[in-house]
Order: sequence, then C-alpha cells, then structure tokens
Amino acid sequence: MNGFVAPEVAWGALSPVLVVLGAAVLGVLVEAFAPPAARRIVQPLLALAAVAGALVAVALLWGDVERTGGTVVLGGSVVLDGPALVTQGVVALLALLSLLVLADRSRAGQGAIAPLVAAVPGSETERLARRRGLVQTEVYPLVLFATGGMLVFPAAGDLLTLFVALEVLSLPLYLLSGTARERRLLSQEASLKYFLLGAFASALLLFGIVLLYGYAGSLRYADIAAATADPSALDALLVLGAVLVLVGLLFKVGAVPFHSWTPDVYQGAPTPITGFMAACTKVAALGALLRFAYVVVPGLEWDLAPMLWAVAIVTMVGGTVVAAVQSDVKRMLAYSSIAHAGFLLTGVVALDELGVGAVLFYGLVYGVATIGAFGVVAMVRQSGPGDAGDLEATDLAQWNGLARRHPLLALAFAVFLLSFAGIPLTAGFLGKFGVFSAAVAGGAWPLALVGVLTSAAAAYFYVRVIVRMYFTGGAGTGDEAPVATADDAAATQDLAPAGGVPGGAAAAESAGGRLPVTPDARGVTTTGPSPAAAAGAPAGATTAVLDAPPAPSGAVRAAGPVRAVTSGPAAVAVGLCLVATVLVGVLPQPVLDLVGRVAVFLP
Amino acid sequence: MTQTPWLTVLLALPLVGAVLLVALPAPLRARAREVALAVAVLELAAAVAALLAFDTGRAGEHQLVETHAWIPAIGASYALGVDGVGISLVLMTVVLVPLVVLAAWREQGASGAATDRLRTYLALVLALEAAVVGVFAARDLFLFYVLFEAMLIPVYFMIGSYGGARRQYAAVKFLVYSLVGGLVMLAGVIALYLAGPGGPDGFLLDRLVGAELSTTAERVLFCSFFLAFAIKAPMFPVHTWLPDAAEQAPAGTSTLLVGVLDKVGTFGMLTLCLPLFPGASRWAAPVVVVLAVVSVLYGALLAIGQRDLMRLIAYTSVSHFGFIVLGIFAFTSTSVSGSSFYMVNHGLSTGGLFLLAGYLAARRGSQSVDAFGGLQRVVPVLAGLFLVVGLSALSLPGLSTFVSEFTVIVGAFTRYPAAAVVACLGVVLAAVYVLWTYQRVFTGPVRPGLETMRDVSGRERWAVAPLVVLLLVLGFVPGPALDLVRPPAERALAEVGVADTAPVAGGGTAAPPDTQGTQGTQDGEEDE
Repeated sequence: MNGFVAPEVAWGALSPVLVVLGAAVLGVLVEAFAPPAARRIVQPLLALAAVAGALVAVALLWGDVERTGGTVVLGGSVVLDGPALVTQGVVALLALLSLLVLADRSRAGQGAIAPLVAAVPGSETERLARRRGLVQTEVYPLVLFATGGMLVFPAAGDLLTLFVALEVLSLPLYLLSGTARERRLLSQEASLKYFLLGAFASALLLFGIVLLYGYAGSLRYADIAAATADPSALDALLVLGAVLVLVGLLFKVGAVPFHSWTPDVYQGAPTPITGFMAACTKVAALGALLRFAYVVVPGLEWDLAPMLWAVAIVTMVGGTVVAAVQSDVKRMLAYSSIAHAGFLLTGVVALDELGVGAVLFYGLVYGVATIGAFGVVAMVRQSGPGDAGDLEATDLAQWNGLARRHPLLALAFAVFLLSFAGIPLTAGFLGKFGVFSAAVAGGAWPLALVGVLTSAAAAYFYVRVIVRMYFTGGAGTGDEAPVATADDAAATQDLAPAGGVPGGAAAAESAGGRLPVTPDARGVTTTGPSPAAAAGAPAGATTAVLDAPPAPSGAVRAAGPVRAVTSGPAAVAVGLCLVATVLVGVLPQPVLDLVGRVAVFLP
Repeated sequence: MTQTPWLTVLLALPLVGAVLLVALPAPLRARAREVALAVAVLELAAAVAALLAFDTGRAGEHQLVETHAWIPAIGASYALGVDGVGISLVLMTVVLVPLVVLAAWREQGASGAATDRLRTYLALVLALEAAVVGVFAARDLFLFYVLFEAMLIPVYFMIGSYGGARRQYAAVKFLVYSLVGGLVMLAGVIALYLAGPGGPDGFLLDRLVGAELSTTAERVLFCSFFLAFAIKAPMFPVHTWLPDAAEQAPAGTSTLLVGVLDKVGTFGMLTLCLPLFPGASRWAAPVVVVLAVVSVLYGALLAIGQRDLMRLIAYTSVSHFGFIVLGIFAFTSTSVSGSSFYMVNHGLSTGGLFLLAGYLAARRGSQSVDAFGGLQRVVPVLAGLFLVVGLSALSLPGLSTFVSEFTVIVGAFTRYPAAAVVACLGVVLAAVYVLWTYQRVFTGPVRPGLETMRDVSGRERWAVAPLVVLLLVLGFVPGPALDLVRPPAERALAEVGVADTAPVAGGGTAAPPDTQGTQGTQDGEEDE
C-alpha cells in the first residue's frame, strides 16, 4: 500500500446504483427547469423508469454473480455478491411498487403529498397552494436518492461506505416523512422525531465505526473479520464497537428497543412513503445487518448472541403485544412491522447457512405484502372537511363492513393480513417457515418457539381487522351521498394530471380489468345494482355513488363516508402485490431457487 | 404412472367448483345451488371410482399414490396416498358435503333462487371439502400442515359471516385456538424435518418415519403435534372452542366442522403421532387415555346440562371424541380399528343430528331445547329421523355406531380395563342426553305456537335419509368397512411397536378370527 493507487472500477457492477442515483440527479434538474405541468408527468415516469432500469441492471448482473460468486468493486468498498444483489433486486422491486402507490393521484385528484410542504399548516399560503393546484414533485427525486442509498447499504464493503449509504438513504426519508398532505402537524412532528432519533442512531453507528477502526486499524470488513479471527486480541473496543454498529443498524430495522420512532413516523408520514419505508428500508437494513453479522463479526458469536437473542425476542413480543391494542390501521401496521423485524432477526441470529436465503426471501414477501397493505390504506378514504380534499380513513372502526362495499379491496387486504399472520398458501407462511427453519437449524429453537407463539398472538389482531371488514355491520357507511361543489369539481379538474384521472364508469371498468384477481369482485367497479349493493349495504344509493371513481369530495361538515377508489396506479400496485403474495405462497419454488442459488456471502 | 390420479381429481374438483361458483356469470347465479350440488355429487362419484381403484385387499398400504416435487428447496413434495382409514374418511367427507349443500338450500335468505350470500357460502363449503380431502390424503408432512392450516380460513368465514348473534366471538375463538395449536405444531414440523433425512423430499412421511430422535426430542415433538390434534379433535381440556363454534355456526357448517374437520385431529393422532413418534406415543399413552376418559364423561355430563341444541350436540361430540382417542391410544388392533370406524360413524351420526337440529331451529327460530315440546305429533317424520339418528349417537345395536363403540371398548378393555369400565359410563350418559333431549323436544303436550310447524320437505328428507341408510347398512354389515380399517390399525400398532392383545379371553391369536368375533358379537346383538 505505497502511495495511492487508483482502483479499477467495475462500473457494470455498480450499474443499479448508478442508474438510480443518476436519475435522481436528473430529477433535480427537471425540478429546476421543467414547467410545473410537465413535472407532474415527467417526475413519476422518470422515477419509475429509473427503478425499473435498476431492476434490469440487477437481472443482467445476476448471471455473472451466480457464476463467479460476486465481485469486489472500488477496492473493496462495495461488494457485489449474491446477497447484495438479491437485496438490491428486492429493494428495486419494492421501490417500483411503492412508486406506483406514490404516483397515484386518482383520489379526488390529490395525491398523498402536500401541495406545498414548506407552507405553515393551516395558513393562507397552504390554502392558496391547494387552490392553485401546486404539486410537490420533489418527492420523486428524494425517493430515488433514498433508493440509491438502500442499494448501496447492503453491498457496503467497508464501514465508511456503510455510513455514507445510511445517510444517503436516511436524509431523504426524514424529509419525506414530513410531506403528508393530511394531518400536516402530525407529519412534521414525525419528520422531526425521525430526524432527531435517526441522527442519534447515526452518531452511535459512527462511534462504533471509530471503535472498530481503533481495534482493527482498518475500515474494510475483510480486514476487521481477519483481525477478529485472532481470539487473543479480543478486547472491549471490538465488542463495544460491534455492539454500537449493530445498534445503528437495528435502529433502521426498527427492532425493540430501538423502535420508538416507528409508530409515530409510520403514522405521520404519507402512506405511500410509509409503505416505502416499512418495506425497502427494512430490507436494505437487514441486508446490511446480515453482511455485518455473517462477514464481519461471526467470530464474536458468543459475545453478541445474547444481545441479538434478547433483541429478537423483545422485538417479536413487544411488537405483537402493542400492535394488538392499536385502533389506527397505520399504527397497527407499524407495530406489526416491528414484530416482523423480530421474525427476520430470528433468521439473522441463527447464523446458519439457511438463514441468509430465508431472511432475504422473508424480506421479499414481507415487503410485497407491506406495500400492498399500505396501498390499500391509501385507497380507503373519506371526504375531509371543507376543501381539504379527501382523507385516509385510518381509524379501524371506519373499516367496518368494507368487504360489502369493496369486496376486491377487502380481499386484497385480507390476503396481505393473512400473509403477515403466516397462514399457509400465502407467501408469508413460507417466509416464516424459512426463518424459523433456519433458527432451529442454527440451534436457536427457543427463538423459533417464541416466534410461533407470537405469530399465533399476532394472528389475533390481523384477524380482528378481517372481522371488521367482513363480519361487522357497516357502521359509518355513509349516511349521505357526497355533495359536489363547483369549487371542488374545478379543483379536481385542475389537479388532474393529463389523462391521469379516470372519470366515470368506463375507467372504473378498465381498472377492474387491470386488477388480476378472482372474479368474484367483478361487479365492484360497475355502477348500478352491484352485488355489493344487493348484499345489503345500508344505503344502497350511496354504494352506487361511491364506486364511481372521483366523486368530488363533499362539502359536508365533518368527515364524509368512507369509500375507496379502486382505480389508478395504486390499484395496479395492490393487484400486483396480491398476485405475488398468492402465487409465491402456492408455488414458491422459482423464487426460492433464485434466491437460494446466490445466497452466499463473498468472504 | 398410467393410472388415473384419483386423489388429485378429488382434491381439484371441489376447488374448481368453488372457483366456478365465485366466477359464475350473472345469468347463472340463481342456479348456484344446482351447480354446487352437481360438483358435490360429481365428487362423490369420483370418490366411489377411487374406492373401486383401491385394492381393499391391501388396505394397510397406501395406495393411489402420487408423488411430485413441489418445493424441493425446503423439502416439500406434493404427495398423496390413502390407506383404508384415509379412503374411509374421504368417502365420509364427500358423502356429507352434498347433504350439507342440500340442507343449505334455503339458508341465507335464499328462497326462490340462490342469493350471492348463499353462493359464497357454497363456494366456501367446496373449498373446505378440497382442503379436508387433501389432509386425509396427504403423504407429505408439509402438505399436510399447509392444508391443515389452510382449511381454517373457509371455516372461519363460514362461522363468522353466516352464524348467529355471537358469531364473531365464536369465529375468532375457533381461529385462535386452532392457530395456537397449529403454530406450535409448525415448530415441531420444522424440528422433525431437520432431524430427519432432509433433502428435496425430506417431508415425505415415509422418509420421516424412523427418524433418529433423542428420547426428549421425540417427546417434545410428540407433544407439539398432539396439542394441535387435541385442540382440533377436540379433547378435554382444550375443547372449549367447539360448543361456541357449533352454537353460532349454521347447521351445515357445524356438520362439516364436527363431522369432518375435527376428524383431522384424531386422524392426525393415528397417522402422524403414532408412526412418527412411536416411543413417545407409548410414553404418553396413559396420560392420553386418562384425558380421553375424562373427555368421555365430561362431554356427556355437560351435554346433559345444555339448554341449546347445538351446544348439546357439540358436547356429545366431545364425549365421542374421547372414545375415539381412547381407542387409538389403547394400542390394540381391535380398539384402533374401532376408532377408525368410529370416526366415519361419528361423522354420519353427528352430521345428521346437526342437520336435523338445524331444521328444528330454522322452523322455530330458536335453538333452545325449552322452546320445543310435543313435536312428535306435529312433525312425525322429523321426530322419527331425529330419534333414529339420536339413537345412533347413543350407539344402539343395529346402528353402525354400536359396532365402533363396542369394538373400542372391547379393545381398550384388554389393555386398560379400568379406563374401559369408566368409559362405559359414557354410554349410559349418552342414553340420558339423547333420550332426555328427545323427550323434551318431541314428547309431552304440544307447546303453544308450534301446532303449525311444517314437517320435513322432500329436499330436507333427502339430505338426511342417506345418513340414516348408511348408519343402518353399516350397522348390519360392518364387515367391509372393518376390513378397510383393520389392516391400517395393525400396521399402526406394528409401527408403534406394541404387541397386540386379543380381545377374546385366552385368545392371543392373530387378527382374522378376531374380526369375525367382533362381527359375531354384533350379529348376536341383532338377534336379541
């Protein structure tokens, strides 16, 4: 190591990251130079194309990695091996689905993002922005930056890259958490909380990195691993450093006791962003955690195992118990995501060769169901007061009888919940099966036992939602049909992206056709006496009206009736998630093969 | 394999039927009942064809075997096959389903034509049928487990969407009980796979049998499996979900739930617990036998105390399941084959009782025993059917339930005389709960307001008559059925490694004379 030698850069191996980050930079330029009307169309398309491009890049790299086991890029700063590539693929796929949900603006013409994030909540500026139909399209480049960080995170080959990736993925998320159109104050509070706690976690991680550097004299994973291999040199620096780095990573994973940000942030953030965070961030952080646990500190198993075991158990139990008493859909899903972090950790803790593939597979199926579930949450809406546009109906009580009015949507949500609960023939079951198998094989059978017991307990609150949707009478099914006002109708027109908002039954029909699901819901989007109406919804007239897509939101005083808009890109995303969840649940072999063949870390 | 894959057909047919029902185009929706019935009858025909393809001479072996790779990455295969017990239970299932469809004809608001609600219900019934048939035929532990859990979902909706006032509570209780048992079993399933030979077909039951387990591990795994099956069966003290579920569910659902679904519990004990954990089965047998006897008496006593017809029948089932489990864990070929036969008979008998009680409840608008009285004169045919089916519940000689209960007790007596004697009390109590119920509902002065009750219609008669016929036929000619279940029983005992004890004093001979002895006793009873 005399002097600086410029490393040979294998650009090809970095292509997924480059595509996404390049598009993000391009997105910033678009933001600066394109007129607003164009931005609304260009930004989502650019983001979708970038993520799809990353997915293609991953696919192109797959063959090589499978053959050679992976490559070391940038002199070891980035390691593109099987698990890294799988994580990148999963993150890109999930980001694509999230972007579809985010791009959905078909609900009364308003997306989930505030028209002008910088405006003081409730101020005249905000109202003006809303009336002018402003759209904060910066979210798309922000999502791309975050995705770029997530792509690097699991592939980081040294601690500095790890830290940089962490920051690149975190900073946009802090911002994105604060952009919700609804409940602005809650959203800003979420943003601030996330930022403060996240900064704290980053500091801990950095401190851990310093200690590890002090111990090993290197930031490279490989060097640290080599240094830990000498048992005589074990000392407090190493253990403390490793613990602090793990804490930083566990914070991102959302494991108890580093979870306290999760419920507030998940609730406050715009729902599509929540889905993105819950799915992509978790998967990326687990990828990084897996690498750290398997590559850097396997020699510390005896020192770190008690901590990881404790964290896994507390996470599973804590997430499940607290989720059981939630009355808000988003908070419930937030706590359930904590519980799932615990299930994932059982696979990590196993430190068994089965574990890597199992965790990655679980990450995929969990992420797909999560984005689908949050997508559904984003679609179940009610009219807000005044000109606030329609709001998400996140109170669980508002979901009563949803199945009667929107069988398709309820079916999708039920499948996602069953997948979370780990009922066989859904993908979630195979995910759980995999991580518990790994845990038992790795000698961590008590973790598996806690896992199955908490799964049973978790099933209770998932099923409770299904009970609400299917069995509970439709309280709050809307007593009055929404009344259109000229103002709102105009706003609707104004905000509509060109040709983006489906108007009327024809568009609804096509959405029904796009959604690949069981045909029992075929009648959902048709207007007129649909089966749902015939099934005895209290207000038949309302039901018919509700299915016509962008019913201009009512000028009713309080929150209007709950309804769902089953069209637009979000519906496509939910449909894709539904099909994937069922398909992978019944025939998982191709996916398992794909993951299993490459799930080996490059030493 | 050139032979017709009958078991796949049996599995796929109801599933296709369910999808068909859901996807039925609008003009045909009014005919949903006919479609469901046609599918169910077709399934019955397919099952009969499967029985014809089944070599009854080799009933101890698994036949109609199909094995395909399913998820090699985790060792799961799609493997089906039935022995004598399996095909008997499959037959019982496919016999009950068309009757349930018939009985549901005018439920859920359907009078002239089928409503959408009824259509969904029938689709769920068919989906459940597919899952149950799959469970009885599964020869791969993973497949068994998947279907074992998956069948909860249709039942959950069948209770929760279509039941009585407290249906949600009942549905959630059912699901949570079942899931706790099922997930604990999942841990056992995983551990067993890892202890077994592994590999891409490591979940095949034939490969798992004889896995090297330490004594402790075997016992722990046995308990994890047994808990799931005991909840499903249900046995005292994990039976409490059943009365609630049966009370709140529609009669047809209860028929399938108790008559078919719960059999999976005892079937699992017989075909999974015994061969997979022979040592632990022997170790646990005394405790299980005690629990079984407690179930017999406790279920019977509580049945006597019930005021709700459906709860009453549910508790009688707890009692009957006690007999079944007693027979299985008494480890004699007589008792085990008796239990297998008991499973079939109990499905027919209890299924009939639930359907008839459903008729009564639908007519009266109440399930309370006190709401009835003196109906014998008003609805004589219904009363007669109820009496016959009720007598089958108390195992009257001449009805098939007698044969099975008798063989269970005789078989159990040779190994656990005390348990068998105490269990006999259950027979006496059965007479009390059946006859007293009959007395309160059908005899005495006609209760005011009931004078105009309609007797059973032709359709309702057809839904119960086959059960009565089967109970009688199998009661007089139990030989063929016993021939089906005896070889598997002997094989099970061989797998457990227990020497058979012959029920005939001073016997100790092998099985064939024993079978005849049982039949002889039966015939003797007939003559009296």
